[in-house]
Amino acid sequence: MIERRWKKWVYFYIPLTLFIVGTLFPFYWMAITAFRPDEELYRSWRAANNTPFWTLHPTLAHFQDLLAKTTFPRWLWNTFLIAVASTGISLFCGLLAGYALARLKFPMAGALGTGIFVTYLVPPTLLFIPLADIIRNFQLGNTPWALILTYPTFLVPFCTWLLMGYFKTIPRELEECARIDGATRFGAMLRIIFPIAVPGILSAGIFAFTLSWNEFIYALIFLSSPERKTVPVGVVSELIRGDIYFWGQLMAGALLGSIPVALVYSFFVEYYVTGLTGSVKG
Amino acid sequence: MANHVLENTGSAAQLEVALPHPATSKPARFERFLENERFLAFILLAPAVVLLSVFIAYPFVMGVWLSLSSTSVGNIGQFVGIRNFAKAWNDSIFQQTLRNTFVYTFWATLFKLTLGMWLALLLNRHFRGKRIIRASMLLPFIIPTVLSTFAWRWMFDPTFSVLNWVLYRAGLIVTKLPFLSDGTWALWSAIIVNTWRGMPFFAITLLAGLQTVNPDLHEAASLDGANGWQRFWHVTWPLLKPVTIVVVVFSIIQTFSDFQLIYVLTGGGPANSTHLLATYAYQLGVAAGLLGEGAAISLFMFPVLLVVVWIQLRYLRRLEGV
Repeated sequence: MIERRWKKWVYFYIPLTLFIVGTLFPFYWMAITAFRPDEELYRSWRAANNTPFWTLHPTLAHFQDLLAKTTFPRWLWNTFLIAVASTGISLFCGLLAGYALARLKFPMAGALGTGIFVTYLVPPTLLFIPLADIIRNFQLGNTPWALILTYPTFLVPFCTWLLMGYFKTIPRELEECARIDGATRFGAMLRIIFPIAVPGILSAGIFAFTLSWNEFIYALIFLSSPERKTVPVGVVSELIRGDIYFWGQLMAGALLGSIPVALVYSFFVEYYVTGLTGSVKG
Repeated sequence: MANHVLENTGSAAQLEVALPHPATSKPARFERFLENERFLAFILLAPAVVLLSVFIAYPFVMGVWLSLSSTSVGNIGQFVGIRNFAKAWNDSIFQQTLRNTFVYTFWATLFKLTLGMWLALLLNRHFRGKRIIRASMLLPFIIPTVLSTFAWRWMFDPTFSVLNWVLYRAGLIVTKLPFLSDGTWALWSAIIVNTWRGMPFFAITLLAGLQTVNPDLHEAASLDGANGWQRFWHVTWPLLKPVTIVVVVFSIIQTFSDFQLIYVLTGGGPANSTHLLATYAYQLGVAAGLLGEGAAISLFMFPVLLVVVWIQLRYLRRLEGV
């Protein structure tokens, strides 16, 4: 009995605790730094009075500076709008394409399906230089449209793939019944299949939203004026001046920029996980 | 799930027979068109195909053209053949970059797989607070990479590093560790941060795979006298292999083409020693404005991605053959 308990500690509790500490410590560090006044922040690592794991005199100064000296609320709003719009476009395209690939028979269906799957695997960093040129030619540079139209390049393949898998789990009979009752093919899709697919749509939507919120390289290259930026880009380009890192403000910005996406995640964990696991299995 | 897409087509389109529909005796003209399966498929696929052609296929073609030209910002270039590729190949920074990219991808993927599998096995057991712990384990994957990488950069700070403080207090070091100020250290620091960020993705997907493993198999194996390790190696692992391969492929692509983590953590430094292909392409193509050379460096990713995608497609096809 004692031996079993000892084993459980060694094989289970200790490793799990290490995983939890390792995974969450950077977030703890981010939070505690954001509330720490500068004179506590910049103490040498060898200083005797250093208490890195706790903030003795918490302050909101960094948050106030962040809100007063930068356009942080604008960045949040931009990020949110761009994420919602690109998610909407991607869901629209993904729903229609996913349905066609899952249900309809037409020439080249296999090739198109493979083609969309392959674009799913094209990383944004392969194409950013020519894309920047194209965005400039379309006169979209430095507008939210540059991102709203390019984020779907990695969201549409993913949504299509995920929803196609979801549609295949819906029995064909449901549609056939509706059609016998006189619904058109299009009507059956719209009124019978899409409502059943709502959990799948939600999974794809939540996942796409977090991916857009995370995106960095396109936002870095396509946007230039400070008030147009998204949170990740704004934090990088406006809170580091020259070689100086404003750590308090940086961590405050990182914390505030993470909260919306963490909230969305916490409300929809199950859907997110379905999206995540579905994204690789299809 | 990929079966349908990948199967050969062109056979069954003519099986569709127009059935008389009572309620659609006088459909609008467009509605009647939509009853045609091919036409409907065309309409439904058009938005996705147009979007992907304009923003993926077209840039790809243009990227190939740029990489073969001497284009730079404000200067429409001429065709120079493979000069950009040859120049990169002989550039010592590029050689270092290419080595870094392979080292980074290999080790980070290996660590993510090992730790992710371990974490998945731990999370697959029953314990109190399971739901909340599972959910919080995914946080590194949810939080924007740029923002969490800043937290790591601050933890690695040359003067105020909390990691140095802990190691110093524990009596393990007497001088600071050069987490980001030495080239080799910096690359390994980046590998650690990448592992931290990507490991939850492995853990949660593998956990989903683990939950489909029938517990009876384990029981049968224990009755046959298999110990924990043997049960994992001979029962769990073979069943998990398909999902593992897919996750590893995704991870390799993302890690190989990584940009933001290095951009924030080291910026490619010190002295260009930690660039990956994407960050070096950015430095030449965007920061220095040499579009042609930057595009060429990006395209060096392509052969590797092609091989990985090809393996993935072949594997999916083989799965459906079974």
